[in-house]
Amino acid sequence: MKVALGIMLLGTASLLGAGQAIAAEGPRASTAAPPLSLIDRALADLSSGDQARQDAAANVLIEQGDSSLLPKLEEIRNNADRSVRLAIKPLMDLLKNRSNLASPDADRRRSAAADLGSSGRPVVMPWLEAALAGEPNRWVRYTLEESLALIRLASDDPDTKIKAAAKLGELRSSNAVPALKELLQQTGTDATDQQKALANAARAAIGQIDIWASWANAFETIFRGISLSSILLIMSLGLAIVFGLMGVINMAHGELMMIGAYATFVTQECFRAYFPAGLFDYYFIAAMPIAFCVVALCGLILEATVIRFLYGRPLETMLATWGVSLVLIQAARVYFGDLTSVVAPSWLSGGAQVMVGVYLPYNRIFIIVLSILCVAGIYFLLFRTGVGLRVRAVMQNRDMSSCLGIPTRKVDAYTFAFGSGLAGLAGCALTLIGNVEPGLGQNYIVDSFMVVVTGGVGKLMGTIVASLGIGGLNKFLEPSFGAVYGKVLILVLVILFLQRRPSGLFTIKGRHADA
Amino acid sequence: MAEPVVTVQGQRQAGEGLIFWLSGFVLLVGLPLLNVLPDPDSWLHVSDFALNRFGKFLCFAILALGLDLIWGYTGILSLGHGVFFGFGAYAIGMHLMLTIGTESVYGSALPDFMVWNQVKELPLFWKPFYSFGVALAGAVLVPTLFAFIFGFLAFRSRIKGVYFAIITQALALCAWLVFNRNETNLGGTNGLTDFKQILGFRLSEPGTQRALYILTVLFLGAAYAVCRWIIRSRAGRVLVAIRDSEQRVLFSGYSPANYKLFVFVVSAALAGLAGALYVPQVGIITPAQIGVLPSLEMVIWVAVGGRGTLVGAALGAVGVNWARSVLTNYFPELWPFFLGGLFIAVVLLFPDGLVGLFTRVREKWLASGLWVRKSPASSEHNG
Repeated sequence: MKVALGIMLLGTASLLGAGQAIAAEGPRASTAAPPLSLIDRALADLSSGDQARQDAAANVLIEQGDSSLLPKLEEIRNNADRSVRLAIKPLMDLLKNRSNLASPDADRRRSAAADLGSSGRPVVMPWLEAALAGEPNRWVRYTLEESLALIRLASDDPDTKIKAAAKLGELRSSNAVPALKELLQQTGTDATDQQKALANAARAAIGQIDIWASWANAFETIFRGISLSSILLIMSLGLAIVFGLMGVINMAHGELMMIGAYATFVTQECFRAYFPAGLFDYYFIAAMPIAFCVVALCGLILEATVIRFLYGRPLETMLATWGVSLVLIQAARVYFGDLTSVVAPSWLSGGAQVMVGVYLPYNRIFIIVLSILCVAGIYFLLFRTGVGLRVRAVMQNRDMSSCLGIPTRKVDAYTFAFGSGLAGLAGCALTLIGNVEPGLGQNYIVDSFMVVVTGGVGKLMGTIVASLGIGGLNKFLEPSFGAVYGKVLILVLVILFLQRRPSGLFTIKGRHADA
Repeated sequence: MAEPVVTVQGQRQAGEGLIFWLSGFVLLVGLPLLNVLPDPDSWLHVSDFALNRFGKFLCFAILALGLDLIWGYTGILSLGHGVFFGFGAYAIGMHLMLTIGTESVYGSALPDFMVWNQVKELPLFWKPFYSFGVALAGAVLVPTLFAFIFGFLAFRSRIKGVYFAIITQALALCAWLVFNRNETNLGGTNGLTDFKQILGFRLSEPGTQRALYILTVLFLGAAYAVCRWIIRSRAGRVLVAIRDSEQRVLFSGYSPANYKLFVFVVSAALAGLAGALYVPQVGIITPAQIGVLPSLEMVIWVAVGGRGTLVGAALGAVGVNWARSVLTNYFPELWPFFLGGLFIAVVLLFPDGLVGLFTRVREKWLASGLWVRKSPASSEHNG
């Protein structure tokens, strides 16, 4: 019977039929199709002034009604006075959630199940059981079971309660902790054996849940660390090319990221204005190459107008590019205003639940994947192509490369543009996790320079390891020290680290005179 | 090798000496007199506000002298001098906070922000600042000590060039973050303000401000003299040598790390002194004045004035800040463009700053033969 029910629920979503079938199981209804007059009478009773009749009507409606009643209820609600409105609201919620249990969208099914569970009404149990029988999605099933157990935990029968507590413990349900703790507190010293057994079950369940929660917490901390590392990495990669490889210290790097973020924003606005609505979700795919190219172009201009005069004078470069960054920030502020944000495409919003209590947002996963792809791409470009060979040759020995006929000026310009383009890509990725604002680049620039300094100049591997290290350490220290002192501690650690290895993690081996 | 250097320096010494005494006289005697004597409506009159503002610029000039020592002469770019300035400023600020006493808004003996944050008792590290002497000593000694430890670690491991710049910038960022916190009991984002008196004198009195101004001029003169003495000494020659070729200095048997540490500590002490003089005149110190951007701006003062010349550094500090107060007044949106443009222009177009520009123009003039005088040696240094 239950299987048949589930198939009906899912396959045809014939709500009326399902409602009737459940009603048929219920104790009161004796016929398969409830007399329509019963529901009509209940609807009429709802707006009667009599409290008892209202309650009875509500019960009838909950047990026998379905979502087809919602418009009628809405109408009654709009015309009724406050007390009736208050009475109808939970009724409507229940019915709405009940129909949502059959929704094709798993997230809606899940939140409906959670809502029904927290309603605490035993009457919803058959609905949940019916939904559970036919539910294909693991996490919806989990929530259904959790809700059932939560309702059972509130029942009067001690045996059911003990079983429910054990079940919740098995489920590692963190939602159940308050209810379980309450149970424990209610158990006084003069408790009966049954009560003691219940208390023991609750205690065991809480223990199970707590242990699980700490694991889940550790797992999430690790994920957050990796996520921050990937953000740092994607920002530092451009720097690793520009600063690490070319030795140019570009303080406007953060502002190049900011331009990338605004390029994404403008792309989004263009899609909104000039493209059909169905394509809107794909704007981000277009925005990535656009951001890369726009910022690479900015990089070319910056190289031609400022940087090329300052090769070999890092301190001067630093000051001049800081000036550029001030101008760019103010220009963005004047043109775009203070704060805008990008709507993440729907395929990047939400997240994946990998285990109970651990929820990984898609945008973070996307950035991790993107940063890995970038690293792979850069490695390929630098070490497997002729262009990369030239770049490396110029960076290692400019004069010799020039003698061998490599156009060093051009290589410089293109390398700088490529590093800038990576910054643009980073800015594009940053729009997924934060606002787009003129000061966007400033927030991360010191961090990413620390990454490059710690990693050592001239080695990509150093940048990767250092960003993983600093990002991971940051998230590891944050819970115990707070964000600010975590940062201070990292600075201290970096300084102490540089005591041991003054030129960073990975250095070019050889007898380089440090001039 | 030493001979030509001495003659060039000798000539510049005469010019600088004249500027020093002349500007000293104007600043020390001229401006205060113009503040007191003429009728307030006269065009010669220097208002209390203008004098006070000028005092603030001169504090920055003291800091710029120290920064010039380390960057202009030794070639080490520190982007964290705002921190040392902040230490000095906060030390005096804390003393001034405590002397407010029960005059504060909440009438409590505790500073107002502690009352907001529901701090019941004065934190232990505030207690010594009841004494003015301790506060004044702290204003100089805290940055000195901090610079000593930081510099010792940094220079010992031969962190230099851009690495040192980045590390000091991270230091500025960290200090800014820490000073912004409420639980460090340093006033949080709002900083320390609402001071009433210093050593029993009301800060709102023009007389007190005038005295503070004169004090600032005296300290600026003293700082200038000390800096000049340092760069004229043997150690000063080593500092310039470190800037020009640290390797060669090392191979000649000197220890660059010790000289660098010395000059770093001296410049930090000057920054602390500047902060200490700044607070009673301006009446507020917040973390926003010690962060990454203010620290960079300090470098730009020196660059604009002309690094490698003490007069240039002081001139740059006054000039840029004067331009700032004018521009932010009339065109607030344009100031970042102006500042950014200044950064770029000073690096690309006139790397020796205003003083360098002046020298170049004078040389062109001399070369044209309109001005009959013996031509001085060209190219004073290759900074």
